[in-house]
Amino acid sequence: MAHLSELAAEPQRLSNAYQNWYRFSRNPSAVIGTAIVIICILTAIFAPLITPYPEHVGAVVNFRERHLPPSADYWFGTDNVGRDIFTRVVFGMRISLLLALVVLATAVPVGTVLGLLAGYYGGWVEIVIMRFTDIALAIPGLVMVMAVAAVLSPDLLTSMIAIAALWWTWHARLIYSITRQTRVQDYIEAAETLGASKFHILFREILPNCVSALAVKTSLDAGFVILIGSTLSFLGLGIQPPTPDLGTMVASGAAFLPSYWWESVLPGCAILFVSLGFNLLGDGLRDMFDVEDVR
Amino acid sequence: MIRPVLEVIDLCKSFPVRSPFGRLTGEVKAVNNVSFSIGRGKVYGLAGESGSGKSTIARMIMGLTPPTSGDILLDGEDIGSTGGSPAHRRKVQMVFQNPGSSLNPRRSVSQSITVPLHANGLPRADRARRVTELLDMVQLPASYAERYPHELSGGQKQRVAIARALAVAPKLLVLDEPTSALDVSVQAKVIDLLVDLGRQLDLTFLFISHDLSLMRNFAEKVGVLYLGSLVETGRTSVVFENPRHDYTRLLLASVPVVSAEEEAMRPRIPLIDGEIPTAEQLLALRKAGGGEA
Ligand SMILES: Nc1ncnc2c1ncn2[C@@H]1O[C@H](COP(=O)(O)OP(=O)(O)OP(=O)(O)O)[C@@H](O)[C@H]1O
Ligand SMILES: [Mg+2]
Repeated sequence: MAHLSELAAEPQRLSNAYQNWYRFSRNPSAVIGTAIVIICILTAIFAPLITPYPEHVGAVVNFRERHLPPSADYWFGTDNVGRDIFTRVVFGMRISLLLALVVLATAVPVGTVLGLLAGYYGGWVEIVIMRFTDIALAIPGLVMVMAVAAVLSPDLLTSMIAIAALWWTWHARLIYSITRQTRVQDYIEAAETLGASKFHILFREILPNCVSALAVKTSLDAGFVILIGSTLSFLGLGIQPPTPDLGTMVASGAAFLPSYWWESVLPGCAILFVSLGFNLLGDGLRDMFDVEDVR
Repeated sequence: MIRPVLEVIDLCKSFPVRSPFGRLTGEVKAVNNVSFSIGRGKVYGLAGESGSGKSTIARMIMGLTPPTSGDILLDGEDIGSTGGSPAHRRKVQMVFQNPGSSLNPRRSVSQSITVPLHANGLPRADRARRVTELLDMVQLPASYAERYPHELSGGQKQRVAIARALAVAPKLLVLDEPTSALDVSVQAKVIDLLVDLGRQLDLTFLFISHDLSLMRNFAEKVGVLYLGSLVETGRTSVVFENPRHDYTRLLLASVPVVSAEEEAMRPRIPLIDGEIPTAEQLLALRKAGGGEA
């Protein structure tokens, strides 16, 4: 029995998932990032329950309590019409996260599939897809987003369309380059000679090799999408008042700087907090998966 | 007369050579007028230095690259039209040169072995049993089905690759340097396994290696490939005792390799700008005392 000796020399087997989890949990940036992201997601989900004045989300006016500094009643103070800024920040977070979710849920699959097709098939498929991607990449991002937002009426949906229309290109590039490297591996040729379908090769053989890079990139991207969304509404091209949006709040609060600093600084800190969380999480995932070259 | 399982007739393959700007500047003749045949249940050894065209021949037999000219007959049928078809795949399978890269690192052993079972339409319910059966054939315990390639030794990976190739019960197995990435003791075990399997399953082998010594006890016939051409072919014992071509003599001169030290002392072929030296140059080098001076 030839295999018995080989068996005896086998070291204790640790499951993959456990090893990854161990590395992840020892990584400070991963742990802090995960904590921040979880806090943001939970506050967004339970926003109506944890905010003291959920009715302040709308066009409520309470002039007697305008421009109040942070206090026990109003943790983040009040704005120029007397609404609770903490409430509006929490609901603004909700919208930012929704924006990131919708943008990435469309851009990532589209970019991934196009990248896989271009990388695997090569030839004219590659030329068409990658030239198209290059053109999209050559347009300065914010300009493109502003153009789309200006043509359509500015609101949440427009922001989503505008950002998603741009964002898939990065994922297409990333997946394309991984697919190019993977395609020439013997195991792809082996799968072909074994009769695997194209679908199997693309999504069962190549895609699993992209998953870790995708996770890292998507997490980093969530932070950037939120920043861009806030920039758009800061410029008045995104979500319109009275819907609470972090970028809009920073913009309208800026008029009252420096005396009523909390009206713009605290929403600004919220943007920073959530995008920092996603970036730390992305960095942590990168260390855990040991992937290079992702941004 | 019984038809040979594999007949290769006047096979040629040239690759275009392009300048950095994509202009066609010439071609490499990777395979040049190669003919041989393998009878049922026999082992044919194809030997030659790196770059002599061994893998290119294997890839053409597998239908992965179309030949420039010549014919490949499997069971008397030209694969020209059927290359890569399901019928073709059921007749011939291949074990790749490097077990490290022929298994997808992200897929478990059972997932890898299931690919041909799925492609061949084996019902889902029977697949697990068949995976166990195949692992047993290559003497791996059933528990290895859930492992990933990084949890296997080189020899175990190659066994998995062999099990996967056998999944569709092919008649002909093309082994492209199946043991060149393994160390000597593991090499011997894998070859023993292949000999056993060949007998049990009535397999025909095309055994490719740069190491002629491996073939002495294993192959009935050998062919020596040099710069894409077969310079010597015949029964193994005849070729070993009475080599006719200088290049074969050179290959035999380095047989047997016993230890890693001796392997390190073997003359290395100096490559000048990617040119492969001629047999005369190599012989001159050896006479001059070998090695890089
Ligand atoms: N796709 C290709 N395009 C251009 N040239 C190629 C291609 N594939 C192989 N060649 C050339 O054909 C020749 C033979 O290559 P091949 O891979 O068949 O050699 P080999 O005998 O298998 O070598 P090794 O022992 O290193 O595996 C080499 O000169 C190689 O550069
Ligand atoms: Mg080779």
